Amino acid sequence: MSLLQSLTTRDRVFDFMAPQASPVDVRHGPILYMEDVSVSFDGFKAINNLNLTIDDGELRCIIGPNGAGKTTMMDIITGKTRPNAGSVWFGSRHNLLQMNEPDIASLGIGRKFQKPTVFEALSVFENLELAMAADKRIFPTLTARITDEIKDRINEVLETIGLAELRYQPAGILSHGQKQWLEIGMLLMQRPRLLLVDEPVAGMTEQEMERTAELLTGLAGKQSVVVVEHDMGFVRSIARKVTVLHQGGVLAEGSMDQVSSDPKVVEVYLGADDEEAA
Amino acid sequence: MSSTISLMTQSSSRQFWLTRPFGERATQIFLGVLFAALLLVTVLHLALPQGHPLHVNAYTVNLFGKYLSYALLAVAVDLVWGYLGILSLGHGAFFAIGGYAMGMYLMRQIGDRGTYGDPVLPDFMVFLNWDSLPWYWLGFDMAWFAFAMVLLAPGLLALVFGFLAFRSRVTGVYLSIITQALTFALMLAFFRNEMGFGGNNGLTDFRELLGYNLRSNDTRLGLFIATGVALALGYILCRAIVTSKLGRVCVATRDAEARTRFIGYRVERFQLFVFVVSAMLAGLAGALYVPQVGIINPSEFSPIFSIEIVLWVALGGRATLYGAVIGAILVNYAKTIFTGVMPDAWLFALGAMFVLVTVLLPKGVAGLLLHLKRRKKSATLPKEATA
Ligand SMILES: Nc1ncnc2c1ncn2[C@@H]1O[C@H](COP(=O)(O)OP(=O)(O)OP(=O)(O)O)[C@@H](O)[C@H]1O
Ligand SMILES: [Mg+2]
Repeated sequence: MSLLQSLTTRDRVFDFMAPQASPVDVRHGPILYMEDVSVSFDGFKAINNLNLTIDDGELRCIIGPNGAGKTTMMDIITGKTRPNAGSVWFGSRHNLLQMNEPDIASLGIGRKFQKPTVFEALSVFENLELAMAADKRIFPTLTARITDEIKDRINEVLETIGLAELRYQPAGILSHGQKQWLEIGMLLMQRPRLLLVDEPVAGMTEQEMERTAELLTGLAGKQSVVVVEHDMGFVRSIARKVTVLHQGGVLAEGSMDQVSSDPKVVEVYLGADDEEAA
Repeated sequence: MSSTISLMTQSSSRQFWLTRPFGERATQIFLGVLFAALLLVTVLHLALPQGHPLHVNAYTVNLFGKYLSYALLAVAVDLVWGYLGILSLGHGAFFAIGGYAMGMYLMRQIGDRGTYGDPVLPDFMVFLNWDSLPWYWLGFDMAWFAFAMVLLAPGLLALVFGFLAFRSRVTGVYLSIITQALTFALMLAFFRNEMGFGGNNGLTDFRELLGYNLRSNDTRLGLFIATGVALALGYILCRAIVTSKLGRVCVATRDAEARTRFIGYRVERFQLFVFVVSAMLAGLAGALYVPQVGIINPSEFSPIFSIEIVLWVALGGRATLYGAVIGAILVNYAKTIFTGVMPDAWLFALGAMFVLVTVLLPKGVAGLLLHLKRRKKSATLPKEATA
């Protein structure tokens, strides 16, 4: 709002006090919409005419063999990689292909990378504090105080990720699984609308996997969650809808049972996987 | 190390950022010990007659004052190295520039009492047949201007240097190398007579500071106390910074820079801010050092001096601030003793000390203190439980 406007519209002087409406418009359809997207690296088509829609509040699993293009797909959504063709929309208002990485992140797309990085010397609480959406310029950061509101928000997320008891421990002593949850918590502090989670359970114990499944299914509904995962048992335990990627495109889509009985899928992926497992 | 610190800040994090350190046990102890030491030295110097075994003579007061200015310099280095992970091997340059700013003021205070009796020009300029002051010497006859320059000149250099370095994301060992290059280049420049800073000999023969005779014992005591107070204030400022959210962003940057950037902090600006604050503190330390030693010359710019400062901090213990103070005082005390006995062997002794501490006390003296405290705590806990 320009200065002049803000002076003339007297009834809206305290703009910052109004609840912040999410700028993402999902009234007319999905939260994420990808159409005919293609990317090639030196002639190699990593993504090939990909079509994908994610509904608001949905939990979607993406599976596919190595090199299917899953990570590349996330790179496109977050603005890290530019596609050669196609369109990507966030809600009906935001064309992600015209935005840069920080803007996409601040719009409410959070991404968890494969390898967890938390701030090991800082406590779990402080990790969440730093990740919180706030004025991140120098002087506001220097004079920032932890208000009750902030404390409540951090406690809420601590409960969600199940690390409330460890809040004052340095993040460096957390187990691998706990670090992954802390990372998810750090994403949640920014109140994302869409969470992209790349291979969350790699290297986790059986119990940690169960907790992660609970966590992710608990998040769905409040925000949309897209999970890329290789572990079939894990996918089966959380999935409502599964998308199978293969050679950069969608091979099949549906419930886990539908997908795993699809002969095309069995051929490229599940068959090989089951043989390995047997 | 920093995790224990961060635990302590949690309870007091709602206070105003500048007053927050006073709620900390470590800061209270540090300030208590510092002021007790200042008081003790003052009393032993003034109240006891010369020749009394506990009398602290003016020479020793002066020496302690010098150690305190080194301690402030070490705190400045620990702020950037310990908390931000920027290993500056050029902080001697900021110290020296602060020292030169003070030296220029002291030179102009000499007035017409120099050897050549020129009312305006310092002796070395008369000697070089200069007929007027260079423009950058103007204003240094005014104390307020000179004292402002003590902070602004090193701050400005750090701002320009840091802006270029951090913007192009030069960190780690490359940054260390270019900070060495910076101080080396400045040393060569200040050696040159035509730079107008007294060349090889630097600035010396000072007489008065704010009208107080620098050769009197009372002025020396005053400078010692002023340096102690400056150390306390610098320490509180640094603690206020490291216990703020900004301090936590610094630690985050130190440990995972890309991640910090990813969650939305403009890392290079935070680095620049803290680097400039640190440089200004180093300049202040230099300005307090110069009237106490009576000279400033280009040797303060020498690369080896900047490396020595880092060794003090490493010996005392990184990322604690009080460790830097302990390290600076211990090493310089050892240096005083050693250079009295075997001057040639000092660098070897310093090297040996460094190797020993790195092997035996990887977290420095402060790490040892923390360890002992924890041991004591765990030893007393069971007793409390049974009581
Ligand atoms: N920057 C790049 N330059 C060249 N080729 C790339 C680049 N990024 C990805 N690729 C290629 O694109 C293909 C898809 O990679 P991607 O990482 O998206 O696969 P993925 O489905 O995430 O695999 P995985 O299950 O192993 O994680 C791979 O063959 C990969 O080698
Ligand atoms: Mg991948």
